[in-house]
Amino acid sequence: MTTRVGTIRRIAGPLIEADGLLGVTMFEVCRIGEEKLIGEVNRVVGDRAYIQCYEMTEGLKPGEPVIATGTSLDVELGPGLIGSIFDGIQRPLPIIKEKTGDFITRGVTASPLDEDKQWTFKPTLQKGADVSAGDVLGTIQETSVFLHKILVPPGIHGKLVTIANEGEYTLKDTIAKIQTNTGKKDITLTQRWPVRIGRPYKTKTGTEVPLTTGQRVIDAFFPVAKGGTGAIPGGFGTGKTVTLHQLAKWADADIIVYVGCGERGNEMTEVLEDFPKLKDPKSGKSLMERTILIANTSNMPVAAREASIYTGITLAEYFRDQGYDVALMADSTSRWAEALREISGRLEEMPGEEGYPAYLASRLAEFYERAGRVEALGSPSRMGSITVTGAVSPPGGDFSEPVCQATLRITKVFWALSKDFASRRFFPAIDYLQSYSLYKDALAGWYRTNLGSDWPELTEEAMSILQRDKELREIVQLVGPDALPERERAVLEAARMVKEDFLMQSALHPIDTYCPQAKYYWMLKVIMEFWEQMRRAVDAGVPLRRIIGLSVVNKLARMKVQPQDKPQALEKYFKDLEKEIQSEFSSLSAN
Amino acid sequence: MADERAATLKPTYQTVSTVSGPLLILEKVRDVAYGELVEVTCPDGTTRRGTILEAMRGRAIVQIFEGTRGLDTKETRVRLTGETMHTPVTQDLLGRVLNGSGQPIDQGPPIVPDLELDINGSPMNPDARQYPREFIQTGLSVIDGLNTLVRGQKLPIFSGSGLPHDRVAAQITRQATIPGKAEEFAVILCAIGITAETAQFYRKSLEETGALATSVLVLNLADDPPVERIISPRTALTIAEYLAFEQGMHVLVILTDMLNYANALREISAAREEVPGRRGYPGYLYTDLASIYERAGRIIGRKGTITQMPILSMPGDDITHPVADLSGYITEGQLITSRSLHNKGVYPPIDPAPSLSRLMKEGIGKGLTREDHNEVQAQLYYGYAEGRDLRDLVAVVGEGALSERDQVYLKFLEDFEERFLSQGEFEERSIEQTLDLGWDLLSVFPERELKRIDPDTIAKASKDGKYRYTAPTVN
Repeated sequence: MTTRVGTIRRIAGPLIEADGLLGVTMFEVCRIGEEKLIGEVNRVVGDRAYIQCYEMTEGLKPGEPVIATGTSLDVELGPGLIGSIFDGIQRPLPIIKEKTGDFITRGVTASPLDEDKQWTFKPTLQKGADVSAGDVLGTIQETSVFLHKILVPPGIHGKLVTIANEGEYTLKDTIAKIQTNTGKKDITLTQRWPVRIGRPYKTKTGTEVPLTTGQRVIDAFFPVAKGGTGAIPGGFGTGKTVTLHQLAKWADADIIVYVGCGERGNEMTEVLEDFPKLKDPKSGKSLMERTILIANTSNMPVAAREASIYTGITLAEYFRDQGYDVALMADSTSRWAEALREISGRLEEMPGEEGYPAYLASRLAEFYERAGRVEALGSPSRMGSITVTGAVSPPGGDFSEPVCQATLRITKVFWALSKDFASRRFFPAIDYLQSYSLYKDALAGWYRTNLGSDWPELTEEAMSILQRDKELREIVQLVGPDALPERERAVLEAARMVKEDFLMQSALHPIDTYCPQAKYYWMLKVIMEFWEQMRRAVDAGVPLRRIIGLSVVNKLARMKVQPQDKPQALEKYFKDLEKEIQSEFSSLSAN
Repeated sequence: MADERAATLKPTYQTVSTVSGPLLILEKVRDVAYGELVEVTCPDGTTRRGTILEAMRGRAIVQIFEGTRGLDTKETRVRLTGETMHTPVTQDLLGRVLNGSGQPIDQGPPIVPDLELDINGSPMNPDARQYPREFIQTGLSVIDGLNTLVRGQKLPIFSGSGLPHDRVAAQITRQATIPGKAEEFAVILCAIGITAETAQFYRKSLEETGALATSVLVLNLADDPPVERIISPRTALTIAEYLAFEQGMHVLVILTDMLNYANALREISAAREEVPGRRGYPGYLYTDLASIYERAGRIIGRKGTITQMPILSMPGDDITHPVADLSGYITEGQLITSRSLHNKGVYPPIDPAPSLSRLMKEGIGKGLTREDHNEVQAQLYYGYAEGRDLRDLVAVVGEGALSERDQVYLKFLEDFEERFLSQGEFEERSIEQTLDLGWDLLSVFPERELKRIDPDTIAKASKDGKYRYTAPTVN
């Protein structure tokens, strides 16, 4: 690889112009100045390169050298990623802390993965095998719940000349040699991949399995499929971050990649402090054993914020290629778009809508397209998926702004957060009448088989109550509640139950924070049972006042905090509750 | 001193080609660094300071903190200092009054610094942060009970012109304590473009409680140069970081008014002919504000903390104004004052509905405030929201259309505003008093209305005599 050396011509914030770099390529990594700060080429004009710098540029001077490295921005992939916290360009923050103290200074280099740690490698292939990209050479038990598969890197195929025996190896050791057309290739436990290019796979397939999140409003009404995409826009204080944290905690994915992109430092700290203490409901192990954090907080260099979501999704792809279901949360894509806008402004590009560059929509689309459920390269054949959920922070909570609109054109699930809900402390503040999920039909089959054959009808019924509720409340605003007939006041009552006893869910309550499948199924089922009975009773002339006074109403309000660790006991509880509803109603009509 | 050595090496230029707004363009410069501090000698012999906003080969754009009045292209001289902007820090700053650039303006003795620190600071490593969990009692029910402040939080007050945000902020500085602990506490007041009268008000308020000796006042007043507003909050926070993380003090920083800060930033951006974003503010306003607000927090293994309370006016009470909006996305909640509460005579006029403290959930409960805190506040919120809806309804259909239950909620709403939200400017309520008052107000509701409270909690409160519902007699 050729290295070229140029000199700095101009420094303006995160943007550096350098001359004398004829032949430098777009997105090539450069080392800037005496301190060798990391940057990436963003535009080339003749021998002049415009470089976005991933570190603070104060103190740089025109005339200092710029080295074009000939490589693009890439990440290191291998054992040791799980449980790590990186900055936007995969520098490990704990190591940076060791090197520079509690505040981040610049010009620090650190290897993303611990190079000296010993890993127990178990080979799965034998010498002499024909191998190609994606084949599983062997495995490493990385955490108690995660089996890391060592893959033949993309672009390599040939004969396996040697492979290491089972034993302890570090990341520096060669564990296999492959004879290819162009010579022998040494394979270690790690590989590198450029962040701006999606990793290859065999085919992309449809998505029919939901990502269960333990959040009732999402799982029941607006589910996201494994391999799907979702956007969660909302003004400040509506709970974007809490919702994404809830997804990161409770989604039934194998690996979680959480990208804190231009957000608060304390939010990353919260994850770092809470996740090790929380247990994955599936494995019973600490959540940190399946989580990777990328933290580029709002006060860290803005160009690295632009890179952080690519770093995150590349890590996600690596685990997808191993055959796992990965969920990536990006909080917030608006900050990423603003970073893009800032760099674009410094480049003096012609601005599009609200100053964002004209390519905002295509960049967003490229990013979300890296989600999906795929058949991975290599053997044994395996499926993996990446589900991407991105928060959007629209200025003034106005969803008509460019980032929101560009995102909604791509993503299939829209969880609209409402300021009005939030100010009533109705959490999650997902506006059920504005949100949608385009996966509902594709997933209906799965729900019928795994949850209950009546599930799609139950949710439809509940949704129509909510819709009717909205219309009725508009009338109430004009004429007062007493003017409504009993039958319609019963709708209001049923809607209140769906809202308060089902949709509202406390992220802070030790039980309510996570709602297992069977539980939300039964919760909605008994509420709908109550509604059915109430409707009949009202038709039969029972006053609504007496129905609301039934003791079972209070029980319905408390079912969300019913202990849920024993499935049989839970089912019995709900079946009893169902009977109780029926018997209380029959005693009503008997009187 | 270090910069004397630099001075001998660094040349002085008399090559100003353009003076425009707050900016100078300097030609034929060599060896100029981005962000470098410069010293400008005016034609009349006085000196000012500035920084390099853009460094090119042979050319630099300089931003002058004290304004460009009196500068020319003929005689003005610019000396490069070879370092970025620093401010002297020492514990002796406590009790002093500084200008926006950190120089004393109180006729006191010269400052002998322990250290000189870069005012831009460095981002705190997220891995080094400690999550703020320690409850600060402000003595105000609406904050302690409903929007609890914790140490290391950044909680702004969004306000409007004519509202008493200054009085509220002053009351918080007077009363803020950690119950049961006596620790070193310091207040840094950073005035950004406020009037001398308002600054005087804060000063007097600190003086009366004897807190002035443990305070630092960094003042950029309305008649000071706007560009200096870019550096005054950074100077204040650099001092705060030193006091908190080097000296182990708990520092409360009040930044008032952040709208003036953003307007100064806009002025410079306009002078540089940058592409404007919303309402003419630069596209990097979010990042820039974050570089200020994110300097609040606490660090693992260090004793001190920085709590920020920025005050921010919303032009036309518009919460979607870019400065309020972007601040809300960075800070950990917001307290919002309401003109209608103020007009009703409620002090402090903080509206609990849109207000929020994001860190509250971790700072309350058993061992921190009281175990029933979360449930009581949730129920109060519910009652308040319900009452407000009903009040809107009454405006349309009249009180006669309301059911008995609804009447109770209306009554609750009035009591809540009069007794819970309102309190005296010198009235300090402990968290117990606040929560007991909450129970007292909730006692108008029958138990079945208290859905946000666990039945066990209600039983306990009834036993302790806090919740004492008596059913209305039915005729």
